[in-house]
Amino acid sequence: MTRRASTTALRVAAAGVALLLSFPFYWMLLTTFKRTSDLYDLKNNPLLFNEAPTLEHWRFLFADTLYPRWVVNTLAVGAAVVVITLLLAAPAAWALARLTGKWGERVGIGMFLMYLVPPTLLFIPLSRVVALLDLQDSLWSLIVVYPTFTVPFATWLLFGFFRSIPRDLEDAALVDGLTRFEVFRRVVLPVSYSGLVTVAIFAFTLVLQEFVYALTFISSASNQTVGVGVPIFLVRGDVYYWGELMAACLFASLPVAIVYNLFLDRLVQGFTMGAVK
Amino acid sequence: MIAPAAAYVALLVGLPVLMSLFLSVSDARVGSETISFAGLTNFRSALATPAFRVALRNSFLFTAASQALVVAGATLLALALREPFRGRGLLRLLVLLPWVAPISLGAIGWKWLLDSLYSVVTWVLVALSLVSASNPPMWLGEPRLAMLSVLLVHAWRTLPFATMILLAGLSAIPRDIPEAAAVDGSGFWRTHFTITLPMIRPILLVALLFGVVFTFTDMTAVYILTRGGPADATQVLPSLAFFTGILGGDLAQGAAISLFLFPLLLAAAVALLRLARRAEDAS
Amino acid sequence: MAIVETRALTKRFAAADPPAVAGVDLATREGEFLVLLGPSGSGKTTVLRMIAGLEEPTSGEIWIGGRRVDGLSPRERRIAMVFQSYALYPHLTVRQNIAFPLKAQGVPRADHAARIASAAGKFQLDRLLDRKPRELSGGERQRVALARALVREPQVFLFDEPLSNLDAKLRASAREELQRFQDEIRTTAIYVTHDQIEAMALGDRVAIMDRGRVRQIGTPTEVYDDPADTFVATFLGSPPMNLLERDGRIIGFRPEHVRAAGGGTAEDSVVFRFRCELTEYLGSERLAFGELDGDWAGREVVWRMPSWQPAPEPGAQVAVAVARDRFRYFDAATGARTTPVSLG
Repeated sequence: MTRRASTTALRVAAAGVALLLSFPFYWMLLTTFKRTSDLYDLKNNPLLFNEAPTLEHWRFLFADTLYPRWVVNTLAVGAAVVVITLLLAAPAAWALARLTGKWGERVGIGMFLMYLVPPTLLFIPLSRVVALLDLQDSLWSLIVVYPTFTVPFATWLLFGFFRSIPRDLEDAALVDGLTRFEVFRRVVLPVSYSGLVTVAIFAFTLVLQEFVYALTFISSASNQTVGVGVPIFLVRGDVYYWGELMAACLFASLPVAIVYNLFLDRLVQGFTMGAVK
Repeated sequence: MIAPAAAYVALLVGLPVLMSLFLSVSDARVGSETISFAGLTNFRSALATPAFRVALRNSFLFTAASQALVVAGATLLALALREPFRGRGLLRLLVLLPWVAPISLGAIGWKWLLDSLYSVVTWVLVALSLVSASNPPMWLGEPRLAMLSVLLVHAWRTLPFATMILLAGLSAIPRDIPEAAAVDGSGFWRTHFTITLPMIRPILLVALLFGVVFTFTDMTAVYILTRGGPADATQVLPSLAFFTGILGGDLAQGAAISLFLFPLLLAAAVALLRLARRAEDAS
Repeated sequence: MAIVETRALTKRFAAADPPAVAGVDLATREGEFLVLLGPSGSGKTTVLRMIAGLEEPTSGEIWIGGRRVDGLSPRERRIAMVFQSYALYPHLTVRQNIAFPLKAQGVPRADHAARIASAAGKFQLDRLLDRKPRELSGGERQRVALARALVREPQVFLFDEPLSNLDAKLRASAREELQRFQDEIRTTAIYVTHDQIEAMALGDRVAIMDRGRVRQIGTPTEVYDDPADTFVATFLGSPPMNLLERDGRIIGFRPEHVRAAGGGTAEDSVVFRFRCELTEYLGSERLAFGELDGDWAGREVVWRMPSWQPAPEPGAQVAVAVARDRFRYFDAATGARTTPVSLG
């Protein structure tokens, strides 16, 4: 086969895989706009609209369920956690980046390894901690606990960013008379603005994705986040209202997808430990 | 300046790990006032439970099978997406979707997709006459099909991440290496298999390790798709720990089960550290 | 051994931009080492890559060994190329690197060992066969690249600035290696560089390129002593040829052809009055920078002399002479070489 034919074959195969990967979302899209009678009629071709599309599921979702409340909850927790994360991680990452010698690298990797400790290992003892602090069934429990994975992740990413800022910039500032902390605040932070924004966005998506802690610590429906509320509380009895469920999923996934796509390259840089520039 | 972050992480990660150890050798239950030492009872009783043995086997099985699929699929995608072409941006966005959507929501989507009555997969298979309409497959209800479904969802979810990492690795190969191979007379497939892919082996391992960790420690997919059923057929260690510890109230036993995650995590951490060191030595 | 020919070879990267290569006609001679010399952006590397098949020409033809190749892929052209970075496969040993082209071209297994041994032997790589590229020094890597190129017995060798990544000291000995290599192998080779010393030392003929065009092709002596235009005249030679303009004409003479007046007779030399402004002592030679007075007042001139000669005093005026047959004449408007004119 010629080179061109091989390349085309590869791309066609890849397109096939991509379609398979994204098909569930197409399916979600169809489902949310189909009338219930259309959805549950076994004689209908599920890949088409057999009856006219409807906005009923969306209306129901936003008017008659707790979904808007969950969205607000999630945004609030996300914002708070991002702020805490940046406050903790940025100075730590910078200090690590400027630590000369191998230790900087080692502690940095150590921080990152903390990210690998999964919620499914920590959730049992943490549930006891939460009970002790009397934070059960409160969003505050999440705000306190979520930084356990966002901080290591953010520290690791920022460590990479700060390491790439030329030292000369900071040395010049020191010679000009600023203290180390002022150098951090007035030189390093402004220069790495886009890096900070990137990390903030990814930390937010981590919050959005979280399931285990929210499921464990929060029991009442009105205090839940989107990730847990939708699969657990949008189900009435044993009946799944798929139209609303799919609408809920799409609404929570698509904005994230778009933002993620824009900032992807930075994230990959961080994960590959700078082995890939 | 490191102190606040380090202290926070040490407190809320390190301490709970220790607590886990502590709980696992105790007899704590939710709401118990006093806790006493129980030795290795929890571990022994866990090992004796059939559900635990299934969960242990499943954890490894799902992880290995799904990640094998991921490696193959991600390699294919990364090689195809490497050079620009019309429509590449769109393909990349489509590929990203499974990873970006919150796990629980993606899983719910799959639950609908695999519904025993209304599944579109079933419909397609019936249309192709591969399956009879009167006896549709119980994708999430029949033990072996349920296992297959869970591991496919895991593969579906982690494929994008691996692809992106591999793409980054491919872009780091200097341009003149494939050119030299072309001049040397190497064709399309030979260059890929003997030059390009071996060169990104370290990156591939990184992607694989992350995928393994994410899959092995995930309970969300199982919880949402099957709740561990039917009859514990799709239980994995994290989900079993959840059911035992939180829903069942037996904190000590739950902690013990979750600690079985630790050895694999340790192995993964060591492997990642070694890769990082080798990357540093080579540069 | 084959002849490489390009006919009206052109390459345009973007329709709106000027062409990177604008109608280049080249023809090597059998077994010759042709150097493409020029500043960056002159198109020399693009020409090489088109000959290799790594870039597609916008128009024009490429012929190798009597066969038209411009539609063919690199592997079908039976060429070998040495890249600037050497492009050694980092995950393969030296032996495997050298074996790679043999495997790719389907040479029978049985022949591999002999051919690898012969190529490795030529470059004294025998002890290094099991090492990986990252364990080798710059010079060793070059030898591996050469061995890998040689093992395929190609029709043509192509070199893309292989010495520019080496530090100065290493460059000289690496250059010697290349020279010995060429003397032994005697296969047609095309070599791209921006370094005129390399070009003059290595080339049987040198093609000087500027902004996509070939300005002159000739032996090193020809291009140095008889430049075709002011670009070639000033590109070769360090410091470049002195150019004096008057009445639409430019006369040029090289700094090393200036001597203190008083030696030769008046007919075969022209005498100038030179006021030295500053001198540079370079160890083996000395450069004097200054201005001319009299007929050629205000023109700046560089004088190059062996360092054992006494230096002119800064500010002092000295009479210097240049032999008439050392003058070269150019048209001021086009820069092209013209017939001699009489001088005052």
